[in-house]
Amino acid sequence: MDKTCISPDDRNEKFLRKLKARNIDVQACYQCGRCSSGCPIGDFFDLNVMEVVRLAGYGQEDKLLHSHTIWLCAACETCATRCPNEIEIAGLMDVLRELALRRGIAPAEPRIPLFHQSFLGSIRSWGRVWEIGMIANYKVKSGDLAGDMKLGLNMFLKGKLKLVPHSIKGTSEIKEIFSGKGKEYDR
Amino acid sequence: MKLSYYPGCSLEGTALDYDQSVRAICRKLEIDLVEIPGWNCCGASSAHMTDHETGLRLPIRNLLLAAPAGHDILVPCAACFQRLKAADKALRVDPGFWDVGHYKPDFNILHISSFLAQPEILAAMEAKVARNLGGLPIACYYGCLSLRNPRITDAANWERPETLERIMTALGARPVAWSHKTECCSGSLTMARPDIAEKLVSDIVTAAVKAGATAMVTDCPMCQANVESRQSGETHAPVMPVFFVTELLDAAITGTYPLKQQKVHLVSSGVLTGIFSDAAMKKEVSA
Repeated sequence: MDKTCISPDDRNEKFLRKLKARNIDVQACYQCGRCSSGCPIGDFFDLNVMEVVRLAGYGQEDKLLHSHTIWLCAACETCATRCPNEIEIAGLMDVLRELALRRGIAPAEPRIPLFHQSFLGSIRSWGRVWEIGMIANYKVKSGDLAGDMKLGLNMFLKGKLKLVPHSIKGTSEIKEIFSGKGKEYDR
Repeated sequence: MKLSYYPGCSLEGTALDYDQSVRAICRKLEIDLVEIPGWNCCGASSAHMTDHETGLRLPIRNLLLAAPAGHDILVPCAACFQRLKAADKALRVDPGFWDVGHYKPDFNILHISSFLAQPEILAAMEAKVARNLGGLPIACYYGCLSLRNPRITDAANWERPETLERIMTALGARPVAWSHKTECCSGSLTMARPDIAEKLVSDIVTAAVKAGATAMVTDCPMCQANVESRQSGETHAPVMPVFFVTELLDAAITGTYPLKQQKVHLVSSGVLTGIFSDAAMKKEVSA
């Protein structure tokens, strides 16, 4: 990481309180580097995993929310599994992504949250993921119309893609969940 | 034996054949699968990665649907399994937070290979094998989510699991010792960053080849689709078919590997069709 001067004055206390409430004890990190060395995507990150944990410990929310790392993390849980202090690092990445979305920060990897949106949109509509619809929605949103055409066609020809969606009974409950059920009381 | 069954969305689409083989195997083992009525998507990685509460409320709904029957829940998909386990833990800690009055079911959430690798089930399957897999050198590939995080999954052996190896050995295949059996294939990034998926899959397949494997077997539908589809076709042809554990079980127990199933693979399943071909049959008879 570049030489940076971090002052306790620009520590985001609310962010630290949020991590505490979710049992993500970033202060327990002693920078052993086991998380970074085991991370399968680490070569593609701008901030490596141990930097993320340390910056979180310093309450440096803004740097983190603008990073590529939070979007490139695949949630494989290797870091949290191997952390000798059992820091919930994958859970930390979840908090960071959710905060970035809530704050409307332009994601450094725009296609990745668009994919998540398309995936969740499919669940919201049908209660389950309908793959063709989800993929088409992602392609339109991301503008990546040409990517994976051959693969998609191949999967289609092999009968791997269900052509017609099927809606579950109880989609109203699903819509309630997506409308923030339980968050009425300001969580 | 009766089990609640949670297939998950992949098993209605890209991994439809996984669903069919799970059901076929359970029929042969006289396990009655009762699909959870009106189940919804578990939210997979996309939900918990972007919205903590949605990521738990989606699988929680499924647990509440399964609770009245009280049977253990069988889950073939690694991602669904991990999300249902996470939801179960969250609910037990604080049902009130999730607007649930009472939650103390005594069911277990079972991932398929851990379930099938239990000694008595393994013995029952072994006794039914009509055609063994002829020493097929195979790399058992677990990926991430049936194992990690063990604080969620309760996996007993998350760095060096052996359930798939035990099943493959019972079928007469020869599991290889290799380095990448619990490495991530980046399934959740495969659409948005195929370049990353290609790199990770290439590393995994290279490791399997180096260990002498000619096929891979998995119990995760994302791994199966991702590892078959992201083997780079530009520098070298795809070499590594990825089978589902129940696909191989069904083939060995029925003694056949039908054409319809062979055609489902994006990478040639020739190593298996060789074992089940008439020529191989004859060779064994004459030997």
